[in-house]
Amino acid sequence: MTAPVPVITATNLIKQFGRFAALRGVSAEFAGGKLYAILGDNGAGKTTLLRTLAGLNQPSSGEVTILGAQKFHDICQQVGYMAHPSLLYDEMSGMENLEYFARLYGITSRTRCAEAIRAVGLDPELVRPVGQYSQGMRQRMSLARALLNDPKILLLDEPFSNVDLHSAADMVRLLAGLRDHGKTIFIVTHQAALLEGAADEFVWMEFGKIVERTRDLKRLEIAGESPRGQSQ
Amino acid sequence: MSAPTGITRVTLLKDLRLEWRSKDAINSMLFFSLLVVVVFSFSFDPSAEESRQIAGGLVWVAFLFAAVVALNQTWARELRNQVLDAYRVSPAPANSLFIAKTLGNFIFVSVLEALMTPLFIMFYRLRALGPAWPLLLVAALGTWALVVNGTFFAAMSLRTRSREIMLPLLLFPISIPALLAMVQATTSILNGEGARFWIVLLATYDLVFTTVCLLLFETVLNAE
Repeated sequence: MTAPVPVITATNLIKQFGRFAALRGVSAEFAGGKLYAILGDNGAGKTTLLRTLAGLNQPSSGEVTILGAQKFHDICQQVGYMAHPSLLYDEMSGMENLEYFARLYGITSRTRCAEAIRAVGLDPELVRPVGQYSQGMRQRMSLARALLNDPKILLLDEPFSNVDLHSAADMVRLLAGLRDHGKTIFIVTHQAALLEGAADEFVWMEFGKIVERTRDLKRLEIAGESPRGQSQ
Repeated sequence: MSAPTGITRVTLLKDLRLEWRSKDAINSMLFFSLLVVVVFSFSFDPSAEESRQIAGGLVWVAFLFAAVVALNQTWARELRNQVLDAYRVSPAPANSLFIAKTLGNFIFVSVLEALMTPLFIMFYRLRALGPAWPLLLVAALGTWALVVNGTFFAAMSLRTRSREIMLPLLLFPISIPALLAMVQATTSILNGEGARFWIVLLATYDLVFTTVCLLLFETVLNAE
């Protein structure tokens, strides 16, 4: 059987901020159509890895290839990115935000924006500015923004933080469904337990390196890591 | 992908909408300029002749300081919730953002000028000795000179710790040739003299610095 073609390849990725090395030689291949949970303690390099994949951090050395391209700008249409902050304007409604960001991708359809909002369980007719949303609603609207351009790869940083368990479970179901439709999803989270049964692989990071990749969350616990202990 | 002009247009409209709702920049600029007019009018009591000599400097320095307030605000709202990252990961060109921001600031500062000029005329009893319409050209070119560099340097100081201080430190020295041309052109026009040289100098300054800013903005936007 032939191995699946990797959609993302990181080769000896190093990222330094001054004298601090946030990534210390990350080399990994990630196959398409899978849901990866990136786990690790605070400062392990999870967010830096995600931002480097999203083209927001330039690696100090090493390289990243995404969908065969080494320049992020060449494939940015294919990538959706959600950060820990909402990446939304507080003074505008969810729909106004999405309409603006949709235009950056050449999408002019209001229906597409409404679909993305409905997909995350929110009401597109909501006229309240995002600044008045609850944190959980903001997170979901942020996910809707990441889904707008129907990307092949989704990079999500802490999508479940401050989201109640019921809504988080809904989000996991949505993301698992997107994975089943062929999207590759990376989720940085401290709530690994939420992804048990949905994630195809758990990637454990420590001190700027990937130290373990497993399909079974329990294996990380046996190995002494504490992914479950991080949840909630 | 949308044409760059389309992205510039939607980004400009978004900025105008945000400013209309928050009024952060325009309120701060207005109060600052108003203070300058009132404080200076109490400090001096110039004759009409003296007013014509000092008005150019006074007006443009007031607008320069007030513009800094708007320029800091324009990027501050992109930093809140790290919204700028959403732009950076999109296929939208960096220069569309820069032009939209510059146009937005141009509009804000022009509105300020339109509101404050009658007050300046009233408080300082200004009356031009010759035709005053070239002042409109000086105002347009001068405002563009302030906002194009201001928008660029505000973006440059975005990730520095004390960006409110960094912006004037970077902007004011580089604005000196433009400020000199603006002040001299204004004074010449008020005194009924020709200001052709200063207007050409200002136009050249605008052309050079707009080109340089457009060439360098993508690097500034993606700097870490």
